[in-house]
Amino acid sequence: MTFFSNIWRNEKSREIIVQIIVLFFLGWFISWLVMNVNANFEALGKDISFEFLFIPAGYDINQYLIDYDSRDSHLRAGIVGLLNTGLVAFFGIILATVLGIALGIIRLSKNWLASKIAYWYVEFTRNVPILLHILLWHGIIINTLPHPRKAISLGEVTFLSNRGFYIPKPLTESGIELVYLFLVIAIIFSTLFAKYCKRKQDLTGIQYPVFWINFSVIFFLPLIAFFLSGMPISLEIPALKGFNFRGGMHMSPELAALTFALGIYTAAFIAEIVRAGILAIDKGQREAAESIGLKPSKVMNLVILPQARRVIIPPLTSQYLNLTKNSSLAIAIGYMDLVATLGGISLNQTGREMETMLIVMLIYLSVSLSISALMNWYNSKVKLVGR
Amino acid sequence: MKTKMLLAGITAGVMFAGSVLASTLDDVRARGKLNCIINTGLAGFAAPDDKGNWTGFDVDFCKAVAAATLGDASKVNYTTATGKTRFTKLAAGEGEILSRNTTWTFSRDVDLSQTFIGVNYYDGQGFMVPKSLGVKSAKGLDGASVCIQTGTTTELNLAEYFKGNNIKYNPVPIETNAEAQELYKAGRCDVYTTDASGLYATMMSFDNPSDHMVLPEIVSKEPLGPVVRHGDDQWADIVSWVLRAMMAAEEKGITSKNVKELAAKDNKDKEINRLLGKDPLQGLSKLGLSPDWAVNVISQVGNYQESFEKHLFPLTIKRGMNALYRDGGLHYIPPIK
Repeated sequence: MTFFSNIWRNEKSREIIVQIIVLFFLGWFISWLVMNVNANFEALGKDISFEFLFIPAGYDINQYLIDYDSRDSHLRAGIVGLLNTGLVAFFGIILATVLGIALGIIRLSKNWLASKIAYWYVEFTRNVPILLHILLWHGIIINTLPHPRKAISLGEVTFLSNRGFYIPKPLTESGIELVYLFLVIAIIFSTLFAKYCKRKQDLTGIQYPVFWINFSVIFFLPLIAFFLSGMPISLEIPALKGFNFRGGMHMSPELAALTFALGIYTAAFIAEIVRAGILAIDKGQREAAESIGLKPSKVMNLVILPQARRVIIPPLTSQYLNLTKNSSLAIAIGYMDLVATLGGISLNQTGREMETMLIVMLIYLSVSLSISALMNWYNSKVKLVGR
Repeated sequence: MKTKMLLAGITAGVMFAGSVLASTLDDVRARGKLNCIINTGLAGFAAPDDKGNWTGFDVDFCKAVAAATLGDASKVNYTTATGKTRFTKLAAGEGEILSRNTTWTFSRDVDLSQTFIGVNYYDGQGFMVPKSLGVKSAKGLDGASVCIQTGTTTELNLAEYFKGNNIKYNPVPIETNAEAQELYKAGRCDVYTTDASGLYATMMSFDNPSDHMVLPEIVSKEPLGPVVRHGDDQWADIVSWVLRAMMAAEEKGITSKNVKELAAKDNKDKEINRLLGKDPLQGLSKLGLSPDWAVNVISQVGNYQESFEKHLFPLTIKRGMNALYRDGGLHYIPPIK
């Protein structure tokens, strides 16, 4: 019995040894890769430099949430792209969540037709690759909608064409402050009123129609202010000028196609997650809720969903992450997201493949980790508190 | 930091797996085939014919280099690349030549460590519009949606031209020529812009080419030519002299029909003799080529004129700037001596 064989036979120390060996090989592999990069870069006469970020990008971007001009830097072009990624992910997540929850619940409904429709929706949608969804929606929009000169007009203020959707844009004028002030007052009132009602219900069991009262307050109070201050909001109506519509708010066919495709595709997965979450709740809970005379909608909203949320949120998080990452397929239809700007045109104009790809990957990583952190926080809020 | 380096490593490991140490010519000879990077599909320059064989003006150049180095113009493997991937593919060693309507610019030549070996086609960026649009000049395009093929100098030219003329436009960037055509045809864009040669090629592939027109403005200089990697001067010389040999053959009236005959006899014009290997061409051995290199190129592929007329005349492209200098064009070849 030597000293070493003793160490090897000890389960604890053996584990440590194995981990050290694995770590060593991992480190060796990584350093080999890094050296390989350096050697190849040297052979090609290239260096790694991020200076290109600060030279003018020189190209135009068709959709920007912050001011952008072709004389701005590659860095700014990248930020514009990142915001475009964020925009489509935001719309997509909202659409996917609303549609997914609705479908998940319908799928479990006792109505045979509704349940079958939800079933076929899920089966069809999730078994077709997302890229095809995107191309399909883009194709539908640009091939079926007419040219701007023959745009479909809805009341002469909203227009649908193969260059996108145009809706009137609200422009604020002086006097709008009163409307804002009333809106703030309405929101403060609603919050306090909701708290009051909750306490009242806890104490006495009396329920008020909180939602409808608050809704009316938030809607009508600013409306009254709007008329009092002489209607300080005007609408900028889109109008056909030259080749395209000018003015108003514009949603490009690419943004629309991408939002529909991502939302509809991810909704299928969310529907299944919601269904699983609901089924995970013991049926005794439902029966108990029904037996005390709650309406079906209340059974769902007050008893089933709050409990199901705990099961739903972790897989839902990964669907949100998938949707955000899938938005990088935007490049297929010419939506200028992060991959198309910094990881596409900037890469090509500067020839800095390694640098741009590194930045793009790190950005996606941090966006995903942020979404993940947010959802974890929400998860810890809704999880059962010691029972 | 670790993650960052790992990512860098993996990317690079994949990208540069094909790096080479031996001379490019040795590699090609050892493999018995030339790897050539071409367009994913642009009529006249590189497109598959009805039998699925790549054909076109840029493809001919790949064949010419194969004929010069391997003696057989058919010994070429074709790899396609989009505007975005082409330089990466060349750098990664996926091909020895990039023959894909690539514009020669300062930063591509210097910053990307590539060698442009000459110009085989002088081009310029233009605009194509449907005639029904009623536009007669690029200056009338204010507010138009413009389809662009991404990853080219096209975007920069467009931005500069429109900014200079104070014209607003809505860019729609598209990855390949085929997709851009579809969007243009579907009416997503009012205008399609790329190099004028590409516009003619695209237009001829439409059902009704006469419904479209190329606007008179040419907004940029686009000297297109083959590209090789930096660092192997022998290979760069071979590729550039193959191009010059094709042009010299046109100048001297050597064609694929008469090249064998001219090579067999003693010509009065000694330059023909040197080109075709009848008289010694000093330094040829340094290039590692056999004396009949040019004969192989011209007999198997043809001279510059033959290649041009075969592939580009059907697109209604004229010689224009691409004629030899003696015919009023820009191609002026250093003497073969």
